[in-house]
Amino acid sequence: MPPAIEVVGVTKIYRRYSRRRQFATLKSALLSGTMLRDLRADETFPALRDVSFTVPQGATYGVIGRNGSGKSTALKVVAGIAKPTAGHVRVQGRVSALIELGAGFHPEISGRENVFINGIMLGLSKREVARRFDEIVDFAELRDFIDAPVKTYSSGMYMRLGFAVAIHVDPDVLLVDEVLAVGDESFTHKCLDKFAALRRRGKTILLVTHSLNLVERFCDEALWLEAGTAKISGDPRRVVGAYITAVEHGEERLLAAENARAREDAASAPVESVPAVSDPVTGTEAPPADGFRAAEGRWGSREVEIAGVRLLGGDGQAAHLFHSGDAVTVEIDVRAAEPVRDFVFGIGIFNADGVCCYGTNTDLERFESEELSGSGTVSFAIERLELTEGTYKLDVAVHKRDGYPYDYHRLLYTFRVKSRTKDVGIYRPRHQWRFSPTIRLRLVLE
Amino acid sequence: MLRNLAQLVRYRGLIQSLVARELKARYRGSVLGFFWSFINPLLLLLIYSFVFTVVLPGTHPAELQPFALFMFCGILPWTWFSSSLIEASNVLMSGGNLIKKVLFPAEVLPIVTVLANMVHFLFGLPILAAFLVYYRVPLQFSELAWFPAVVAVQLVLTIGLALIISALTVHFRDIRDILSNLLTFWFFATPIIYPMSLAPAGLGRQLLNLNPFTHLAVSYQEILFYRGPFGHWKWLLALGAASGAVFFAGYFVFDRLRDSFAEEV
Repeated sequence: MPPAIEVVGVTKIYRRYSRRRQFATLKSALLSGTMLRDLRADETFPALRDVSFTVPQGATYGVIGRNGSGKSTALKVVAGIAKPTAGHVRVQGRVSALIELGAGFHPEISGRENVFINGIMLGLSKREVARRFDEIVDFAELRDFIDAPVKTYSSGMYMRLGFAVAIHVDPDVLLVDEVLAVGDESFTHKCLDKFAALRRRGKTILLVTHSLNLVERFCDEALWLEAGTAKISGDPRRVVGAYITAVEHGEERLLAAENARAREDAASAPVESVPAVSDPVTGTEAPPADGFRAAEGRWGSREVEIAGVRLLGGDGQAAHLFHSGDAVTVEIDVRAAEPVRDFVFGIGIFNADGVCCYGTNTDLERFESEELSGSGTVSFAIERLELTEGTYKLDVAVHKRDGYPYDYHRLLYTFRVKSRTKDVGIYRPRHQWRFSPTIRLRLVLE
Repeated sequence: MLRNLAQLVRYRGLIQSLVARELKARYRGSVLGFFWSFINPLLLLLIYSFVFTVVLPGTHPAELQPFALFMFCGILPWTWFSSSLIEASNVLMSGGNLIKKVLFPAEVLPIVTVLANMVHFLFGLPILAAFLVYYRVPLQFSELAWFPAVVAVQLVLTIGLALIISALTVHFRDIRDILSNLLTFWFFATPIIYPMSLAPAGLGRQLLNLNPFTHLAVSYQEILFYRGPFGHWKWLLALGAASGAVFFAGYFVFDRLRDSFAEEV
């Protein structure tokens, strides 16, 4: 049996709109006598580079990747809407592409007429549409509105009708581009059921999506596109795993750059600026509400200076992205111009809403300062970072016992916590579920 | 190209429904609806009658009576021709959604434009017929038999030009503006509001003969307005052959540029 979709060495080069090209006119083309040459691009952008993949008949194939990685272009090439610049595509059987739902609807005419015209556009005959008409309308749940002009539809109704028509074309190969994001929960379920039904009937589905969950649950095989090239393909779990890791690396780099920038800004902050804000960590002077003020910055007398702050993962490497439950160490490099006797180190963790998740300092934990001279490093080791998924910011400070700030770094360091469990809140206590024998549950491992 | 052309036959159902949709959508929401297809040419006829009998009497040969009817024989097909081309220049852009998001034979769009305008033209014919009867213009069956042939030639010519224009406008949006001016010039360079007999002999007449729409207009006038047998048929057949060539050339250009549409519209 030949594969349903065969993509061999496909490269798709798009023309990039530079200023000059955009204003190319007939006149300029005629004047320079380059009419035909101007129809060719001079500045180009490869959306796909030598991409090959094969989808066997009856398989469900997922394509994942970041925005702009060429997923939609790949789908358009398979659909035949875009022509590959190089390479070739072979598709067996009738193709229906769910790229934009209701793309051919005319707003002025009724839903009924649009169903017919759209069905015919997608390759059905008039009689075939008539035979499926009731089914389409019931699927779209639009029985009461089918004779109203489409312009009066809500966007959800519009999408549902578009989806209903496209899915009832009864394709051998169905191409889906991120269309499940429309519609409410129940309609999404209905769509998934419809996909499952098509799958059972041995139809081939090519799915472009950002929903990694869907790919893992639904697809037999997956492909990860990155900047127009096929990164890896194969078992969806493996592909999704590799993709997530890469995305985290990207985020990590982004956070690192962000933190470097924050540090630079902090370094250039004037030394004498001592705002009226008091120490949120000790909370001695300020009312608690002040502690939640999320204004970032740096202040202090710099008699003791925080020269560097590093976040380290369990392996001792600098990191900005952790998983819930990871070991994390905050390292603070300090330097005292003159030896000091009164000093307290403080740390605060804030979530994205500016809520203090945890704050402590050496004074609260009964350390009495004796002497700090020259340079040194303070480590704050967290055995298990029991936070839920989200972005967090760090306060790092060194000050006197009475709150007089030497160097205060407010919300300058960002890190992110990832979790595969979508639990909510801030703090995740270590926990376990137990059930008495009459209550039976089954743990589904991904 | 020929394979695509053969495929076009398969899309006749689609073309049919799109033309129907176009006509339905155009007058949806208006009180008079389809009657506008009749009223528009009727009003046009009244305006021209007024201008040429009250405002500018005597600017036309006396033997052409009623002169408004003479003009109407040319203006009705001209309206079909010119609105088809103007709409065709925009049709791929306004139908961009279809070209970009649905696997859709793009040439259907300009063809539908021309056909929808042809339907409007056909709706105008009863008005024309009513006035022909009212003014007792004698019509002969042997002449009227040529009428479908003239319409067919015009259809082929217009589709050919519409294909070229719609495809090129995707790349050069200026064509839209150039076209509307060109059509105004073209209108006056065609014996529609003046008879061919007024054209200066020699070079002027030869230039008029080079204008394809001259032969369509003269054909309509001879069949519907002038007495006597249809004498222009040789020109019409020649134009028919040329229109066929224009159609194939248009389809060729369209087919060559087809792949660029999805990116450019």
